[in-house]
This record gives sequence, C-alpha cells and structure tokens, in this order.
Amino acid sequence: MGRQYETVIGLEVHVELATKTKIFCGCSTEFGGAPNTHTCPVCTGMPGSLPVLNKQVVEYALAVGLATNCSINQHCKFDRKNYFYPDNPQNYQISQLYLPICHDGWVEIETAAGTKRIGIHEIHMEEDAGKLVHDEWEDCSLVDYNRSGVPLIEIVSEPDMRSADQVIAYLEKLRLIIQYLGASDCKLQEGSMRADVNLSVREAGALKLGTRTEMKNLNSFKAIARAIEGERQRQIELLEEGKQVVQETRRWDDNKESSHAMRSKEDAQDYRYFPDPDLVPVWISDEWIARVRAQQPEMRTQKLARYQKEFALPQYDAEILTGSKHLADVFEETVALCGRPKEVSNWLMTDAMRLLKEQEQDASALSFSPANLAKLIRLVEENVINRTVARTVFEEIFAHDIDPEAYVEAKGLKVVSDEGALQKVIQDLLAANPQSVADFKAGKEKAMGFIVGQTMRAMKGKADPAVVNKLVREMMAK
Amino acid sequence: MSILDLTAVALGKKIRSGEVTSPEAAKAVLARMKALEPVLNCYVTIDEEQTLEQAARVQKEIEEGRLTGPLAGVPVAVKDNLCTEGMRTTCCSRILENFTPAYTAEAVENLKKAGAVILGKTNMDEFAMGSTTETSAFGVTRNPWNLDHVPGGSSGGSCAAVAAGEAFYALGSDTGGSIRQPSAFCGVTGIKPTYGTVSRYGLIAYGSSLDQIGPVAKDVTDCATILEAVSSCDKKDSTSMERKDLDFTSALVEDVRGLRIGIPRDYFGEGLDSEVKEAVLKAAQVLAAKGAVVEEFDLSLVEYAIPAYYVIASAEASSNLSRFDGVKYGYRTREYEGLHSMYKKSRSQGFGPEVKRRIMLGSFVLSSGYYDAYYLKALRTKALIKQAFDRAFARFDVILGPAAPTTAPRLGESLSDPLKMYLGDIYTISVNLAGLPAMTLPCGIGSKGLPIGLQLIGDCFQEKKIIRAAYTYERTRSYQAPALDGYLAAGQPGAAGGSEPGAAGGGCPGAAGGSEPEAAETSRQAAATEQEVQ
Repeated sequence: MGRQYETVIGLEVHVELATKTKIFCGCSTEFGGAPNTHTCPVCTGMPGSLPVLNKQVVEYALAVGLATNCSINQHCKFDRKNYFYPDNPQNYQISQLYLPICHDGWVEIETAAGTKRIGIHEIHMEEDAGKLVHDEWEDCSLVDYNRSGVPLIEIVSEPDMRSADQVIAYLEKLRLIIQYLGASDCKLQEGSMRADVNLSVREAGALKLGTRTEMKNLNSFKAIARAIEGERQRQIELLEEGKQVVQETRRWDDNKESSHAMRSKEDAQDYRYFPDPDLVPVWISDEWIARVRAQQPEMRTQKLARYQKEFALPQYDAEILTGSKHLADVFEETVALCGRPKEVSNWLMTDAMRLLKEQEQDASALSFSPANLAKLIRLVEENVINRTVARTVFEEIFAHDIDPEAYVEAKGLKVVSDEGALQKVIQDLLAANPQSVADFKAGKEKAMGFIVGQTMRAMKGKADPAVVNKLVREMMAK
Repeated sequence: MSILDLTAVALGKKIRSGEVTSPEAAKAVLARMKALEPVLNCYVTIDEEQTLEQAARVQKEIEEGRLTGPLAGVPVAVKDNLCTEGMRTTCCSRILENFTPAYTAEAVENLKKAGAVILGKTNMDEFAMGSTTETSAFGVTRNPWNLDHVPGGSSGGSCAAVAAGEAFYALGSDTGGSIRQPSAFCGVTGIKPTYGTVSRYGLIAYGSSLDQIGPVAKDVTDCATILEAVSSCDKKDSTSMERKDLDFTSALVEDVRGLRIGIPRDYFGEGLDSEVKEAVLKAAQVLAAKGAVVEEFDLSLVEYAIPAYYVIASAEASSNLSRFDGVKYGYRTREYEGLHSMYKKSRSQGFGPEVKRRIMLGSFVLSSGYYDAYYLKALRTKALIKQAFDRAFARFDVILGPAAPTTAPRLGESLSDPLKMYLGDIYTISVNLAGLPAMTLPCGIGSKGLPIGLQLIGDCFQEKKIIRAAYTYERTRSYQAPALDGYLAAGQPGAAGGSEPGAAGGGCPGAAGGSEPEAAETSRQAAATEQEVQ
C-alpha cells in the first residue's frame, strides 16, 4: 500500500430530549411501560388528531444551540417528511428541513493530537418513531407507539473529523454539554443518544471528498470506534482494488465486527418535504434567546475551575467529578449538606467509583441520595462509627440508598468507647494470654498490638481504636 | 305547520318553553328520515336509539335548568368527516368504512355542550374531495329540489338534509366551497368562518391550511347562533385563534345603511349563467335599496385561484391521507404478500378514483424537482390573492357575488369532466386561500326549479358584517323549502312539511319534486330529454 489516505467523517447525532411529555401531545416520554400505554390519538396518528408543539422542546434545542455556538433561526418551521413505514403512524415524520432552529455552530475538542474545532451544520427538532416488534412465533409484526412522538434533536456536524479519536472526543463533548444543560441523559445503550457516521476516504492531499457511506446501528463508543476503523479499511481496500465506493446506508453488526449494505442511493426515497400546515411557525424572540442564555447552567470548564478554587480540590479530583454532570450534582448537593468537600470527593472518587467499576456502570448510574452520604460523613466525623464500619455502611447506601443513621442504630454499629465495657474485655484477654503480658513487660511492643487486635475483634470492629490503645497500654503496664 | 318547518332557534325556543320536547322533535325528524332517506340518501349513519336516548337526556337537563342555550334539545346532522366517539366516521370512503373514533371532534363537543342531539352522519364526497357528493363510496345524495340533480358538495348530505327537513341544522366543512356551494344548490344558508375560528381537532383533514367547519341551516339567525356555539379557541389545534368577538348573534341587525358592498366584475364574466347573474345582482339592488353603498370593482387574480387551490389542497391531502394504510385502523386488503403489497392493495382498493387523482397530483407537486415549480408557486399565488382581497377590503366591508356559476348540475354530469367540476369552484375557492369568512344564502329559484345562492365575503374576522348584510337581505324574503309531499307517507309526523310559496324568490317551488314518485320519474325523463336537446 503505497498511497496514503485521509478519512473524512461527519456525524448525525440524534438526542432524545428530557421533556416529561412528547413533542406534539401530552403523553409521557418515560422509557419502558407496557406497549401502547403512553399513547393518545395524536401520537398514534388517528384521523382528525392535530399536533401541538411542546414549548420545552424549543427551549432545550435552543439551549443546546447556544451552548454549541450556533446561530438561531428566530423564525423556524416544522416540515413533514413523507415516507411509509408502520413505526410512523401518520406515514410522515414532523421534522425541520427548510428552517431548522439552529445552524452554523461549533464545539472544540481535545485529543492527543491537540485542540480542534468541529463545525455544526445544523440542529433541528423532530419526533421519534414507534418501535416494531417482530413476533417470530406468531410470524407477524407488532408496533409499540410509546416512543412515537418522543422529542428529538438531530445535530448534524460538518465533515470535520479525521479519526475515531476525534469522533469519540466530539461525542463526549456533545454529551457533556447536553447533560450539563439537562436537555438529555444521552445514554447510547438506551438509545437516548444515537450517532450515524458518514465516512469517506480520499488520497492524502486531495481536495475533493470521496464517496461517503452512512453507518447506522452504533450503540456504544466502542462500537463507533470499531465501525469507523472497519469502514475506513473497507473503503481503502475497494479503492486499492480499483473499485468504487457506492453511496449507501450500511448497518454495523458489532458482534461480527462488520457491516452490510441496507439501501443504496438509488433506493433513496423522495421525502416530499413541505411545511406542516397543522403547526404555526415558531417565533423565537430576542428576549427568549436572552432568557435561555441567562439560564444556561455552569458548563464543565467553569465548574472545573470553580472546584479547584472554591473547594480547594486537586485538579485530578475536579476533573473526575465534573466528567459527569450527575456526579458533579451529587458532589455539590452533598457538600451543601455537610461541607468537607475533600472528604465528599474521596468517598465519590474511591469507594463510589470502585463499586461502579465492579458493576461495569458509569457515574450516571449513581442513585443514592446526597443526604445519606452527608449523614455518613457526619457519623464518621463525630466518631459515632469508625472508618472500617463506614465503608460497609457506604456499600449499603450505594446499593440500597439506606439512611445510615437508622442503619447504624439498627445494626448496633456504633463505636464503643465505654471504658468499663472495654476494660472487662481487655482484662479477660490479658488473663488468657499471660505470655503476651510478660513479653510486653520485657519490652516487646508487638505484644501490645496483638491484644489490641484481639480486643477490636472481640468488639466486632466497633470499638474506638484510640480508646482501646490507651486502655491496653495502661492495663498491660500494671 | 309541522315541527320540521321550524328553524333551529325557533325549535329551541319552543323546547325551552315546554311547548315541544326534544324527544318529540327527534322523533319527528327520524320519521321524516325514514320516509325520505330511500329517495335522498342524505345520511350514511343513523342511530335512532342513540338519538332518542340523547334527546331524553338533554330534555331532562333542560327541565332541570342545566341547559338553557338556544340550541338545547335541537337535533343536528353532522358531516361524516367529523369524528364522533362511538359513532362510525367514514369520510364516505371504503378505507374508513368500519372506523369508529375514540373521541369526538371539538366542534361537535361544543355543540353537545350546547345541548345538541346528534341524528347521524351525513353523506359527502369521499374525504371532501368533490363538488357534487357523487364521489361518496356510499352512493349519491339527491337534491331535494330535483332528484335528478346533485345537492352540490362536498357537504351535500348536510345541506340536502337541512333543505329536506331531515335535520334542523347541520355541520359541514369547507375547504374550497364545500359548505357554501351545496348550501346554494339546496336553497339553505351556510357559513364558512375565518380560518382558525372553529377548531379543526377531530375534523379528518383534507387540506389542513384551508379546512374550516361551519354551520348549515334554514336561515341567517340559525347560522349565527350555531357558529357562536361551535367556535372556540382550542389548545388542541395550533391554528385555532383566540377571538373575543364570537358573539355573532349580536350582528343579527336589519341595517345596512352605509355598508360598503363591492361587486367584483371578475365574478360576473364568462361562464356565469345569466339567471344566476340576474338573481345575484338583484340581491345587490335590494341591499342598495336598504341603504348599502354598492359599487363594482376589479378583484383580479381570480383565474389563478383554481390552479393554486388544487396544487395546495392536493399536496396537503397527499400527506394527510397517507395515514390510511391498513396498519392501524380502517380497511386492509384480504390477501397480500409483505408490507408493500399490503399498503398498495389496501390503498388501491380503499380509495375511490377522485381521491387517488388528488393524492397523485399532490405527490407530484411535492416531489423533488417540481416543488418549486408547483407547490412554492402556488403558495406565492395564494399570498397574492390574499393581497388582492386586502386591497378590496380597504374599500369595501363586504364583497357580494354568486356562490357558483350555475344551479345544481344533473347527476353524473360533473364526474365525466373533472376539470369542468373544478372550474365550478371559481367563486368559492379564493376565500379559502385567503382564509376569509363567507356565507351563502338563497336569492332565487332558477328556471329548472333549482335554488340560486348569493355569496357574501368578509374580511378576516369580519363575520359580523356579512351576517348583518345577510340578515338584512333575508328579511326581504321568506324561506322556501322544496316540495317533498309526494314522498312523505300519510300519518307520519311532519307530513305537512311542504313549502309556502316564496314571497320574493320568484321561482316555481316544487317544480321538480312532483307530488308522487312516479311524477318524479317523469320529470327526470323530461329533464333528460331537455339535456339531449342542449
């Protein structure tokens, strides 16, 4: 292979917005639920039903657009994209073609190769489709419209990426921005963030873009990276063999680590887009933009700086904590309740992260309430429990969000610092171990450690180590 | 005089005063329906039991003082493109033959709140596409004035039912004249309100940007009263307007002094029947005599309205009707192989030829490469037409013209030449393109014994001006109903529902109906001969 190739990648990212209700009706957007229970005449395309725009969708799209440096189409409209498929109850999808809400923005990414600006062509609002379920047993297809009408934004990038690294960095950047805005939880596995990869290759130095393919069904960052590598190689091989890349949509199979063609450009449908006459144009006033801009939450860069300044956290801690909006929220809420930021950070970065890793989950899976972590920290601080006990209590908080105060009380885990009770235990141990007493008196400090350990064991770890140390020394010396 | 000769408002008054009960009125109409439906076919769905049950319930609420409105207890017919919960709603298409909606259209809901008793669903052109009610999958409706003629369309069933006393009033829908033209052909009064006045929620869409629901009734008072009841700002319809001037009955004033009425010369040129022209201009003279300032002017762009309309309406229809695919409800073909075969066969078998024609036309004008040349151009034309009306309404309060170029055509005459049928919509269509309110009311009877309609057009939100003009004009004549005595079996309630000779209409009432079915047959043959001579 003598020739050098450059890979050119653009992404179409669909993000499910975190609204409580659907984009054009009042049905719940909640994930799961028995089939067709979150539906109404509007999202099942019943005759005579009409869409009414959920304003929160515009608000979220606007927030994402502003956070990605987009220009806003203050007069934007919805269009119908006409195509027949049973997951689409009206046989048209309400989307935006002619006047999308946001256009011409950018985000900055950092990779090992340095900083790069990735252009955003446009962001538009649209409705999600339902889900087809193929029942092989009955040999029929069923459709669940729970997801029909769930609001989406589609973020279309410019073809500015050149490697899988850049693509992952771009997606992570988008994900953080959107999570920070609260516009979506952006979970690839659950489909609340979906990326289609448009990829072409060209000889290094060539100005003209090569023929691109569009890759679908990418459910994780790893799958995206593998698909990019696979498609890059496939296209280069074709060119090396003197063949041509066909413009087509391909489906990635992550198990087989290969893709197959779904439909070619020749099969491309004419969507007959036209403005939806059931919806009125959306007018986004200067005031509205100003309000959304003013309400934009602190983004990661600002938070990172603040954590180091306000909480005196090391940069390492601040980076991990702000790497997930949810983790940062848990941190801040806990600190608000109990202070001691470094202590809170330690619990989250060591114990919480360790448990998450064991369960192969990310920070968004943290589900305990900050109040319980704050209580735990206070119990340790006030020496009600010792650190060893605290670790086991934390595991309970992590798993079942228990109230540590009640738990410690119920399980009798409080530190025992009652000297009378301890003296009795130590007395018994000394009586049973005369050799240790003799060794200690002969100057062997180690012998004392043995008795301390035995005492802690007898107390099932609940004794206050400082008190035990003091008493053992006094009593052995007698 | 029979109950059935009463207007809706007059009946409402009698029900409230206890003179008549709602069940009595409902029974009278149901009996009339029984007698006339085999001949006229105004309805596609009738549910006698439900009607009587509703009437009894409403009557109770009236007696308990819970329903006090002018329409409480009055039976109404509803066009079959308005969803009615629990009652089959078909748009007179095979594809929805067995469709029963799970909810009721907002306009019908509003009527129910006003105490309306629903008689059934009226016949119409399939999906409101047509001007004669002949494209219905459930047979034609005949014009009660002359059974050989169409009632007009697409709200032909609603208008014929009101004319024949088979309903005290009705709801229709108007996308390009579908309330006004059949009202004119059947000698009744109808209003198409300003776009956005009546919620479209539950109206099965044809051309969404043009569709409006409106009343069909015996007179202007009824129409204003019904419109007041059905209008509302509905959060479920994004195109619904918030209006604070929905007290349309306040415009029932006999006074047109100083009202500026414009007569568009463009509406009186080639293609307009001379007797229609004469009757309409005579109506203008009557209003002038009452103090209105009547003046001729050039509206312009009239000839562009039809192509613009058929492009826009068909484009929207092609998309609106794509949901009828056999997947979720409605007709599905029996045998098919795979999804696309199911789609194709269900839709090919489920839709009639006129609907298919418009779906194809609409798909074509939206397809890539043609969008700019047709669809966008039509939208620009629409904007220009609106501007032409804006200029006109800077000078006039009301525009007066005919509702249609002729009286009702003979059955079968229009479908053989759809282009000619489309051209018949010339006076009504631009009103929808501009979103204006307009109404038609009878202004005479033509030589074939068929009614002639007068159309009054107002500026956006100016329904009251046209209502005032219409009311003032109406006071100079008396209501005429078609003579249907021959079809009404003796002993039926409402059997005396004939017509008083008109005072000002100058026509020959009953010329078509004949006194017995045989007579109608004879007259049909006579008319056919006359047709051949032409």
